[in-house]
Amino acid sequence: MLEKAFTGSPRYWAWIAALLALIGIGFIFWVKQMIFGLTITGLSRDVTWGLYIAQLTFLVGVAASAVMVVLPYYLHDYKGFGKLTILGEFLAIPAVIMCMAFVFVDMGQPMRILNVFLHPTPSSVMFWDTVVLFGYLVLNIVISRVTFDAEKKGIAPPRWIKPVIMLSIPWAISIHTVTAFLYQGLPARHFWLTAIMAPRFLASAFAAGPSILILLVILVRKLTRFDPGRAPVLKLSEIATYAMLANCFFILMEVFTAFYSGIPGHMDHFRFLFLGHEGLSMFVPWMMRISVGLAVVALVLLLVPRFRKDDRTLVLACLAVIASIWIDKGIGLMTGGFVPTTTHRYVDYVPTFDEWMITLMVYGVGALILTGLYKIAISVRALVDPWQEEPGRPAA
Amino acid sequence: MAKTTRRGFLKVAGAAAIGLGARPVLDAIASRVPQAVPVPPAPALTARRWAMVVDTRRCLRERGCRECVAACHSKHNVPDFGNPKDEVKWIWKEDFEHAFPDEGHEFQAAELRGQDMLLLCNHCDSPPCVRVCPTQATWRRESDGLVMMDMHRCIGCRYCMAACPYGSRSFNWRDPRTHIARIDETYPTRTRGVVEKCTFCEERLSRGLMPACVEACPARAMAFGDLEDAGSEVRVLLASHVSIRRRQGLGTQPEVYYLV
Repeated sequence: MLEKAFTGSPRYWAWIAALLALIGIGFIFWVKQMIFGLTITGLSRDVTWGLYIAQLTFLVGVAASAVMVVLPYYLHDYKGFGKLTILGEFLAIPAVIMCMAFVFVDMGQPMRILNVFLHPTPSSVMFWDTVVLFGYLVLNIVISRVTFDAEKKGIAPPRWIKPVIMLSIPWAISIHTVTAFLYQGLPARHFWLTAIMAPRFLASAFAAGPSILILLVILVRKLTRFDPGRAPVLKLSEIATYAMLANCFFILMEVFTAFYSGIPGHMDHFRFLFLGHEGLSMFVPWMMRISVGLAVVALVLLLVPRFRKDDRTLVLACLAVIASIWIDKGIGLMTGGFVPTTTHRYVDYVPTFDEWMITLMVYGVGALILTGLYKIAISVRALVDPWQEEPGRPAA
Repeated sequence: MAKTTRRGFLKVAGAAAIGLGARPVLDAIASRVPQAVPVPPAPALTARRWAMVVDTRRCLRERGCRECVAACHSKHNVPDFGNPKDEVKWIWKEDFEHAFPDEGHEFQAAELRGQDMLLLCNHCDSPPCVRVCPTQATWRRESDGLVMMDMHRCIGCRYCMAACPYGSRSFNWRDPRTHIARIDETYPTRTRGVVEKCTFCEERLSRGLMPACVEACPARAMAFGDLEDAGSEVRVLLASHVSIRRRQGLGTQPEVYYLV
């Protein structure tokens, strides 16, 4: 099965080569970080987590969102997602791997990372996060492998896989809940100290994840003859719409609590995120304003049925959802949590060029794994249903 | 692998015996060389719960004084990078409004307004940094309440820095050894990529010495002692003065008290 990833059209290989080049260039900057330390990032004593850990947060959501196709298909027997579940699971696998890679590049002493397992610490949420992420990776590899094998052979999957699939549903919820607990249990940070953090994480994940999946399905449909049909894409867009609404609702609840209570410790973080602070760069405020603008655009495009049902506007809506949530979780959540600092000082955090390149390297690795997995899925499907792939037409 | 013969075994055993015998001789020679680690002058200072009381009125008498900071940082090989981004600090001064963000107000007495407060690790009874550490590289020593650091186990995830409500922890963003003015051989230097902080001079207490900052203070503004001992200086001071702690509402039970 794996060999399918190693045969393809020139266009397929050009894409692989481009990804390898991106990874290679990013790798140079990672080596630089290994030599000089994390000082090459924009992080400081006051803003100790930034772009890397933000990607962990965002991608855990993407990984968890596979549940949005798995749950309707297996639990509600929604047949429309039959062809999509494997794509959802194959998206979750590289997403979890990227999460782990982002934790790894963020460590000051990456070679000691096994200490997390040598000295397991149940009081640490980070320990649990590692455990649930590893578990989720294993679950997705096993489930996708077994169900896909069965499909290839044209037989029903073995019965024991059903409970494993059922387990993967709450497990998906757990990975993003535990990731939210990383932040929301800290007495030091008012901005994160909110019970709605986990629900908000899940809502944003179930908006951004299905949006990514929609884009991938549309792309795959364009490049190959693989076509899961229109209905599942529409269903996915409805899921993304509801989730995006819930996400925005939760954020507005945060704003209400902070500003109606008038507690400075709660308001100051929001003020900083959107207004900035005298003498500091406006990078974060502008990103946050763009995020809000994109959220509005996304909601308009998703809520008006005419736009949602048109592929061209749906693509725009999905891009807006992804970008808006990526900024909110990626830039806002981190910087807003750390600034103002525990001594109520305002400090700058702007990711450096090196940091962006290392981030791109990890995304490159993720895209490479995703490409390989999707290639396998689509090629094997083409063998099962020969009409799905035109002979001589490039796959993926 | 070479086969062990009787002859070979005796050779090795003999060499080992000579080695053992040489130990006192070598020690004697070594003792003539200026000693790196001084002989403990007194039995270790012990307590059931170490705490510090900073008398801010005394501290403020010596305006601009940085004796405690200098003493601590030179004794513990704390690097000075000269920029806030890479900064490592164990003890430092911060104005009242930032040290106690919830306490300041517009009409604050001039004795406090904008005045320097001494900040360091609070060695909390319920330390959030310890709770979050995924490797137990930082832990609260049950015997005396010190919040300890194992810089060899730390993976540099900086979760403790996110969790500390006092900004007491520093990360070695770059190699610290190149920016230490004069390395004190009696205390280890750190490697890049680990977190460090004040240890209440655990290494000095075990040699019967008070913390370096307490000792260095010309105004004798810091008292250090056992909170469980009703007769200790810290308990007497707390009983007879109005004192505050930083961000007390968070439930961390900080063990650094400020007399105001």
